[in-house]
Amino acid sequence: MTNAPIMTPETIVNVSLALLLLGLPLVAQTMGEPFYITLATRIAILALAAVGLNIALGLGGLVSFGHAAFFGLGGYAAGILATHAFDGVPLFAGIPGTASMPIIWLVAVLVCGMIALPIGAISLRTAGVYFIMITLAFAQMIYYFAVSWPAYGGEDGLSIYVRNEFPGVNTAQPLSYFLICYAVLMLALGLFWLLRGSRFGASLQAARQNATRLSAVGIAPFNIRLVAFAISAMVTGLAGALFADLNKFVSPSMLSWHMSGELIVLIILGGKGRLFGPVAGAMLYVLFEFALGGITERWQFFLGLILLGVVLFARGGLLGLLAGKARHG
Amino acid sequence: MSIALLLEQLLNGLQLGVMLFLMAAGLTLIFGVMGLINLAHGSLYMIGAFACAAVAAATGSFWIGLAASLVAAAAAGAIIEVTVIRRLYDRDHLDQVLATFALILIFSEGTRWLFGSFPLYLDIPPLLQGAVPLPGGGQYQLYRLAIIGVGVVVALGLYVLISRTRLGMRIRAGESDREMIAALGVDIRTLYTVVFALGAALAGLAGALVGALQSVQVGMGEPALILAFVVIVIGGIGSIKGALLGAILVGVVDTMGRFLLPKALALMIPAAQAGPIGAALASMLIYIVMALILAFRPSGLFATQS
Amino acid sequence: MKKIIAAGIFGLSLAASGLAYAEPVKIGVITTLSGGGAGLGVDMRDAFALAMKQSGNKDVELVVEDDAQKPEIAVQLAEKMIQSDKVDLLTGIIWSNLAMAVVPNAVAQDVIYLSPNAGPSALAGAKCNKNYFNVAYQNDNFHEAMGQYANKDYKKTFILAPNYPAGKDSLTGFKRYYKGELAGEVYTQVGQTDYAAEIAQIRDSGADSVFFFLPGGMGISFMKQYAQSGVNIPVMGPGFSFDQDILPAVGDAALGVKNSASWSKDLDNEANKQFVEAFQAEYKRLPSVYAAQSWDTANLILSALGKASVKDKDAFRAALKAADFKSVRGGFTFNTNNHPVQNIYVREVIKEGDVLTNKIVATAFEHHKDAYADQCKM
Repeated sequence: MTNAPIMTPETIVNVSLALLLLGLPLVAQTMGEPFYITLATRIAILALAAVGLNIALGLGGLVSFGHAAFFGLGGYAAGILATHAFDGVPLFAGIPGTASMPIIWLVAVLVCGMIALPIGAISLRTAGVYFIMITLAFAQMIYYFAVSWPAYGGEDGLSIYVRNEFPGVNTAQPLSYFLICYAVLMLALGLFWLLRGSRFGASLQAARQNATRLSAVGIAPFNIRLVAFAISAMVTGLAGALFADLNKFVSPSMLSWHMSGELIVLIILGGKGRLFGPVAGAMLYVLFEFALGGITERWQFFLGLILLGVVLFARGGLLGLLAGKARHG
Repeated sequence: MSIALLLEQLLNGLQLGVMLFLMAAGLTLIFGVMGLINLAHGSLYMIGAFACAAVAAATGSFWIGLAASLVAAAAAGAIIEVTVIRRLYDRDHLDQVLATFALILIFSEGTRWLFGSFPLYLDIPPLLQGAVPLPGGGQYQLYRLAIIGVGVVVALGLYVLISRTRLGMRIRAGESDREMIAALGVDIRTLYTVVFALGAALAGLAGALVGALQSVQVGMGEPALILAFVVIVIGGIGSIKGALLGAILVGVVDTMGRFLLPKALALMIPAAQAGPIGAALASMLIYIVMALILAFRPSGLFATQS
Repeated sequence: MKKIIAAGIFGLSLAASGLAYAEPVKIGVITTLSGGGAGLGVDMRDAFALAMKQSGNKDVELVVEDDAQKPEIAVQLAEKMIQSDKVDLLTGIIWSNLAMAVVPNAVAQDVIYLSPNAGPSALAGAKCNKNYFNVAYQNDNFHEAMGQYANKDYKKTFILAPNYPAGKDSLTGFKRYYKGELAGEVYTQVGQTDYAAEIAQIRDSGADSVFFFLPGGMGISFMKQYAQSGVNIPVMGPGFSFDQDILPAVGDAALGVKNSASWSKDLDNEANKQFVEAFQAEYKRLPSVYAAQSWDTANLILSALGKASVKDKDAFRAALKAADFKSVRGGFTFNTNNHPVQNIYVREVIKEGDVLTNKIVATAFEHHKDAYADQCKM
């Protein structure tokens, strides 16, 4: 499978979405409305988390209902390292905490990868609804652990008192922090694009469509899926670390099944398996949430109606509407 | 720790299991026949509880409330089946998850709109108050015993319905071959609506029965929903027998875990730490059990479908 | 029933801004208006809006939004209110975990936050802040009062709370003053709905009393099941599980239970009489302790606005700290860590006609201070 030629409708939509997300905070900056930069940062980070899930779900057909686990683990990696750095107390065995984002990201990604491998290895023995539910079960285990584990705040969560540092950038400035998140999002989209076009991506999609045939040509679907699941978890974990720094706070609610559900919602809203689906989905979802929340305290009722409308009448999500049917998958 | 206490805790586990079965039976039936994941099943449970509480408050009778809960949940089920769910049967699980997730938001806020923000009152009926003696000197609450009884009746009723009646024959046919049954001239749309309403009524019944024990409030369906999913996955999706055994397993494991784990840990580590750590382990226990079962039997204990 | 529906429908009307002749003041209210915990937020919001309306102060504008009891949403709303609405003051949060998410960052941006309910120990001790005023209680206070009161009648208490920080703080607070023996100490699951296993343990433990902290629906479930179980060991707890928002749902099961709070409907002072009357007239229901604390928060703000400009932070903080307002709790002053010094009462659940409510039976502490003030360097 080759990637689409340069200027298909989908490419135009993708470029427009990327520019729109970049433009919003720049306009907000000149108008002196820093809150909209924060909102755009939130969109970028949720989109990043959903790009991670989209690797498993969109390419591999692995509907994980437990990706909040990785989102939260990434968040806790940032929170725990920052707390130890702030208090000057070593983590364990004399290893200090750190406030450096690159190191935190590395730790978040490695932790998520290491935890995703055993979870994936067990979960991938199942399929279909069983897979959906066993990933949920693992996420619930981690959720309950975090709620009742006293060392890092339990249900009260963990505050990050000063946003972590990135070499050469003042992360306390909303626009600078947005640009970091935006750059990471673009890199992750690049990774998704590369994966989709690669032999690995082709095998992954083949495993989704016909696992038996893939085994027949000597490729084990299990291994391919496991690697995809781990990469997916690592990207979502990275998003979690960024989210913790955005809110300067991490708590078990990042690990809750609602969060897993929201990540799935983002992907379907935008268009499953599409490169920019998660970006479109995150933009729509955050804007709905923000705009409705400002209008009425019954906002969740109307959010539900809108989501229902999208599922029933706008198949293929926003990208399906804007750029037509997916050309693959 | 006396034998009577142990026996009482086992009964508590069994009773929790029966409640879960009422939830899980509808869920697994709907999945088995229509292939639909229904996250809004917990909302139907909530509707049952609210209907029972509201009607019982208005009429003064728990029993009329109970009947109302069945009617309200079945009606709500039929309405969403006809307006929304019907369009989802041939979609993938992903669309079903999103649509029924949206239904949860709508039902939760809609209920709060109708009934206000404060929890409602519902108590067990006078007929079922009090306790019965247990062997070994303990006693057990009559109402909880009655719930176990309801569970047994529902389990038997479902067995008879599915194996002995015309409707059951169609349900079984629908499970094994959806196209064939339509080709044979069975009105598949009505069948689906009936099955969905039946599942909804069971959830409403569970909600009403539990409503007398717990807090009747918005959001009460979500923890029950997650547990019901654990149950049907352990039991094997689509299998009523699996749902029954899965429910009892989850109920007993959860209750005994909460009861025994802190005590067991206290033998090894100081009591001050054993309490919280034991409680933390107990809350993770059923998910650990579920992961273990699926690791060795990827389609649950009694899978009906390959 | 009717009362509840009326409350729900009424909900939306708010005191809005009038003429901007003097200096307009914007107050951001972040509270829980949807989901299972909405009752507390609605009481908070209603009492706050009513206090503002009754004051006749036309310069105050309220920005009210729903946090859905989710920390991430609360954080986002706080950012929006600070950066976009440019509020002068923030208030409204009900839950400790949401307060922990919002307060440290808000006060670091030099925004004054007034807590109408939650009081996590971290914010009272080492992480206290000159911009953070707690107008409610420190989380341990009600539990400490119950521990103190239990010494009078009980020697062997069974205690239980959910397995999260507020639950552990609760039992720690109880044990800080309780001198008797413990018949058992159990941590339940957060959001647990069935307590049969715990009640069986209580029956078996030989306890002479039970202390529990199970906020919201957990407490309703526990009390109903406890009463139904026929175990007749006396129960006590902090006022949260026996307040006006919850009592109708618990029903007669709660009759006679002793519980602790800083406020009760029958507290005999002029401010309280006015408050209870006004709240009942406006919303056709009895106020809860959350409403009382919120009413006090609003009146504290109004008193400070009368003395200093909200733009002059130092003067305004000093005006707040003076606590020169008529509290419905009677005496109210701030300790060095900006947390209350107040009486904590023991109340008993009684029936007035058909309505379950509380009456004060004892005073557990006079001018009580929290245990963390020494750790606060301010």
